[in-house]
Amino acid sequence: MSEPLLHVEDLRVSFATEDGLVQAVDGVSFEVDRGEVVAIVGESGSGKSVSAMTVMGLTRGPNARIDGVVTLDGQELLKASESQLQRIRGGSIAMVFQDPMSSLNPVYRIGDQIIEQIRTHQPHVSRAQAAERSVELLERVGIPRARERMRSYPHEFSGGMRQRVMIAMALSCSPKVLIADEPTTALDVTIQAQILDELRELREQTRAGIILVTHDLAVVADIADRVIVMYAGRVVEQGTLDELFYDPQHPYTWGLLGSITRIDRDRSKRLPAIPGVPPSLLHPPAGCHFRPRCPHAFGQCMQVPELNARVADAPAHLDRCWLTVEQKRSVRQVDGQIGLASPSAVVS
Amino acid sequence: MSATGADGDATGLGVSDGAVGGHSGASGALMEVEHLRVLFPIKSGLVVDRTIGHVHAVDDVSFTLREGETLGIVGESGCGKTTLIRTLVRLLDPTAGVIRFRGEEITGRSRRQLQPVRRQMQMVFQDPQASLNPRKRVGQILATPLKLRGLAGDRIEAESRALLERVGLHAEHLGRFPHEFSGGQRQRIGVARALAVEPRLILLDEPVSALDVSIQAQVINLLEDLQEELHLSYVFVAHDLSVVRHESDRIAVMYLGKLMEVSPSEELYDKPIHPYTSFLLMAIPIPDPAENRARTRQVVTGEVPSPIDPPAGCRFHTRCPRASDLCREVEPQLTEYARGHLAACHHPQNVSPAEIAAARRSEATPLSAGAETPRLPVSSA
Repeated sequence: MSEPLLHVEDLRVSFATEDGLVQAVDGVSFEVDRGEVVAIVGESGSGKSVSAMTVMGLTRGPNARIDGVVTLDGQELLKASESQLQRIRGGSIAMVFQDPMSSLNPVYRIGDQIIEQIRTHQPHVSRAQAAERSVELLERVGIPRARERMRSYPHEFSGGMRQRVMIAMALSCSPKVLIADEPTTALDVTIQAQILDELRELREQTRAGIILVTHDLAVVADIADRVIVMYAGRVVEQGTLDELFYDPQHPYTWGLLGSITRIDRDRSKRLPAIPGVPPSLLHPPAGCHFRPRCPHAFGQCMQVPELNARVADAPAHLDRCWLTVEQKRSVRQVDGQIGLASPSAVVS
Repeated sequence: MSATGADGDATGLGVSDGAVGGHSGASGALMEVEHLRVLFPIKSGLVVDRTIGHVHAVDDVSFTLREGETLGIVGESGCGKTTLIRTLVRLLDPTAGVIRFRGEEITGRSRRQLQPVRRQMQMVFQDPQASLNPRKRVGQILATPLKLRGLAGDRIEAESRALLERVGLHAEHLGRFPHEFSGGQRQRIGVARALAVEPRLILLDEPVSALDVSIQAQVINLLEDLQEELHLSYVFVAHDLSVVRHESDRIAVMYLGKLMEVSPSEELYDKPIHPYTSFLLMAIPIPDPAENRARTRQVVTGEVPSPIDPPAGCRFHTRCPRASDLCREVEPQLTEYARGHLAACHHPQNVSPAEIAAARRSEATPLSAGAETPRLPVSSA
């Protein structure tokens, strides 16, 4: 494959607030290829949504400072004018948001909203043609009686159906990149499975690149090809799906993997929880941001580690931790599983 | 001073209502629910409101909660799980049925009569942001239930400090407002408030689903510690089956207001009898790439039908691959298999013909159910 579809390099986003400067995203780089699903994982405030929204040009504003390079098929997006972006948004890049209720207009019919989007990006298409295409799209995402449903209002749809409409709208202009921000978080597990299937099929058929923003590692394991783990605005680890799940290098990743409840495991007596809470981005801790919560922290952690490849034969597996690979592999086992050791067990 | 002791109720409760403290149920049952129904009327009309239908939120549900037990309730949104536990604490009034708490019927009681009972059962809500008064300091939030318990002056202060420390916060947090805390800490305050009246039973409505993953584990561990120290019983409502499995001794699966299956926690995951339960289990992604790739998945089609006009017969028949004509016509009885495993299905799975023969009709069977005993589907019989 030649050049990647979407290329993000050293993206930095900060917001000036009344209380001071918030460095929401601090140097994020990644690529998305055709037909690839890249997941950005993190907790609230980790900068995962801001990174995705900045790619779409949705974080621009008088108090936002955005640096870095984002190119889509060779076109630079961060410096694109607002009118250029208007064409790109919904056209080459589409987005599906977490809450499908607040992202559909409640006073317009579903059909009219899809038709509007098609005709905005393809003015030569007639209204009748756009309507035909809308029906096809709704059928594609599995909405029964699509022709009738064109005349429905959003409140007449269930949450899962609304999310399908959002996906249909996102597909309407055959985007090259689809950004899905917590697309299944508001949905039931059964509906989540249906929507994930929809995304899988979409990737197969259209070869679109998908950026999946989520906090749910189970969803990641289900659908992603590559994973980026963010913590307090920085990427702490990134690599392929298997590298991240089977040879994770950053203690925060261990903590995440260890603290999730799983249905396929014996329920252990206790969940190895990550102690403490994520830091405030107004006053982030010096050095490694995870240091105050990390049971393995030592003196060197007062300096920020570079995001480097440290594992032999895995040049694309990057992490930000001062421990050596051997140290990591020996301390990340807790009760035979990957997890974060309890602080008392580690104090040396 | 007895800080939220495990057996603090014997002295504290007899004063206001002698009857409540006395019955601790020789059978070990803390709460019994029989044929509970909660219907919400749908009104229409310009001048006079006419009732044109009902939402069948909870439709003939029976179960028993044992002392010290954690009962998990799972189901998709709209299955009635939240309505059910709100009715258990009488935040909602049941349309029909009986709720007994420690042998005492509480269904017909007035607000005043309920007070001594409410002190023994407390609720923790899903959204800690919305369930704490933003204008009150933590000290004030905790003082109200402590006053109800009959404490005054210095003892309130001392007890509040003890409560905060018990849930993993610090005594100096008493003077802060809810917005000064993170989501996980706010949920701890919600738990501390529930503990303030020394309850026997805590009803948890999605207690961790609004929290970040790394914080969820902390709160789950806290709830487990408290249960052990204070001998609490929990009813744990969640849509996340993996969290429920971790917490519960028994799990009830609800669908459209009915119980589909009630099972010891481990067995539900190894050997689901009701097809709906397998559906739910299969839909959960496993956080392990290799296991996910190896899994054959069968995506559940369709969505939950409207609870205003629920399907006749078995409520799940519209989405069920095993559905037969019988399922479309006759509501299945709740059948009790070995080890107290209940399932309401005409064509159960994961059970042998011998197990079916040994099974019996459960007393928790809805009144509207038919008398048919379960049978294997024609294809696999």
